[in-house]
Amino acid sequence: MTVLDIRAYRLRLPNTARPVLAGVDLTVGARETVALVGESGSGKSLTSRSVLGLLPAGAATEGTVRVGGDDVLTMTPEQLRRLRTGTAAMIFQDPRAAINPLRRLGDFLTESVRLNGGLSAEAATARATEMLDAVGLPASVLGRYPGQVSGGMLQRVMIAAALMGDPALILADEPTTALDVTSQAEVVALLGDLQERFGTGLLFVTHDLGLAAAIGDRVYVMYAGRIVETGPAEALFARPRHPYTAALLASTPRLDGPRGRLAAIEGRPPGLRDEPVGCPFALRCPLATSECTRQAPELLPVDGEPGRRTACHHSDRTGEATADA
Amino acid sequence: MTAVLTRRSGLGRIRTARAPLHRICLGFVALVVLAAVLAPWLAPDDPNAVDLGDALAGPSAEHLLGVDAAGRDTLARLVTGARTSLLGPLGVVAFSTLAGVAVGVTAAWRGGWLDSVLSRSTELVFAFPGMLLAILIVSVYGEGLLAPVVALAIAYLPYVSRLTRSLVLAERARPYVEAYQVQGHSGLQICLRHVVPGIAPVVLAQATINFGYALIDLAGLSFLGLGVPALTPDWGRMVFDGQSAVQHGYPLSAVLPCAAIVLTVVAFNVVGERWADQVARRDR
Repeated sequence: MTVLDIRAYRLRLPNTARPVLAGVDLTVGARETVALVGESGSGKSLTSRSVLGLLPAGAATEGTVRVGGDDVLTMTPEQLRRLRTGTAAMIFQDPRAAINPLRRLGDFLTESVRLNGGLSAEAATARATEMLDAVGLPASVLGRYPGQVSGGMLQRVMIAAALMGDPALILADEPTTALDVTSQAEVVALLGDLQERFGTGLLFVTHDLGLAAAIGDRVYVMYAGRIVETGPAEALFARPRHPYTAALLASTPRLDGPRGRLAAIEGRPPGLRDEPVGCPFALRCPLATSECTRQAPELLPVDGEPGRRTACHHSDRTGEATADA
Repeated sequence: MTAVLTRRSGLGRIRTARAPLHRICLGFVALVVLAAVLAPWLAPDDPNAVDLGDALAGPSAEHLLGVDAAGRDTLARLVTGARTSLLGPLGVVAFSTLAGVAVGVTAAWRGGWLDSVLSRSTELVFAFPGMLLAILIVSVYGEGLLAPVVALAIAYLPYVSRLTRSLVLAERARPYVEAYQVQGHSGLQICLRHVVPGIAPVVLAQATINFGYALIDLAGLSFLGLGVPALTPDWGRMVFDGQSAVQHGYPLSAVLPCAAIVLTVVAFNVVGERWADQVARRDR
């Protein structure tokens, strides 16, 4: 059963030449962790925010974004509120900014279920204590202010808050970016544990390939508002089928690898003012041919590899090119 | 923090970081408020008791601060007058703050055409002198405390709504507002429970400063005979009644309420400005 099903989702903003999201297809199953990888501006955050109906002003959408079977894009405000209170929850990047500094953490945790979930104050506090325990924090945190706890603890509180409404789907938008490496590892391990324990689907948005490989069952790679490649994490990283994924992997610095200049991808991603013709990666792609600049490739299944799909005219040649790099 | 409190020229310059002045002013504010609350018990005499034989008498054991031209005890009128003199500005501040916050929050939160309509129409009030507006309304609705209070409240509303609007604009851009949105809170809930408490200190500091200005405006209206009814003890009215006494060489009954007005306004301003400075310096 899928908890999140995004199909042919396109999002256009005013005053842009190309759609910011140009046909995103993405599914998250129950109890599944899906990583969404891409560089800044590729549309990964916009995709995850769309799931909760947080659209930028003036956005025009096409396609469907179904959470638990209901299309978010056509929901009434009342339905949207119910979705946000219960079915889906979001973990933000910077917990310091995303929690009102003037309120106690207990208020932050219980407010939603008290006001919108219909729980009594005692029941809400009991649930908050339970959730804090699940993320490994003592109940005394309830009485503290955000300024009195560390960043790692605060992100745990954020995770506990996301679990309060017993969601079927959690969206984590770069939840470890604002943390140091040690807390990062803790938070990632915690998310994995909780996701198994509570059986929620998890969409993990990140720009960290290593993290995506470590946490995701499946990975989606995004570039310029499109999904360019998807597949099981291991297979995808072992043998990328899209030159962009391959180039990203090649540019990941390694501790044990040979010293030298980092491999970078030449050029820049297409801006929002450029009208794209053909493959958006063509200008930076070592494999590009005239076909690439004429026609945009579709996201098609890869022969012989179940679950793999890639949007490249030369997906069969990608492996060799990576070996050269 | 980009929003700046409105500090009109003049009294605002008395702002100080030095503690003693602030403490003295705070004490004076407390004293005046206490006098107003406890007036019926504190006043040595009936403020309207007329003793024409003693008219214009100087300070004596019987009348500590002397007697005015109509033979009424000045101290009794001063203490009882604190009630109307504070109640009026309180009404102005309460109404202008409540309505101003409502207008400012709505304008900033909804944005778009509603923001334009609300902002432009409150700015229109700026173009109209508050005193003139008050005189206009009083001349239509007649004497009494309510008409000038409502008029001044309308004149003061834009100061609050403009401040509130800019504060809410800054506040709503903060990520925690979005975090509450995705928890399923409605805009109204977020505004009432998080945004308004967040901006309250700044708005209340402005309200305290407004209190001083409202007091001086209302006293001015009373002096023009447009404020409170003739017999009600009121500082502005006392200055008006004391004019003739000044001409006859007995300035006490007019000068004392003047001093009360000036000191109270200065005290409220110093307290408000200091509060505003503290709020502005606070690390947000």
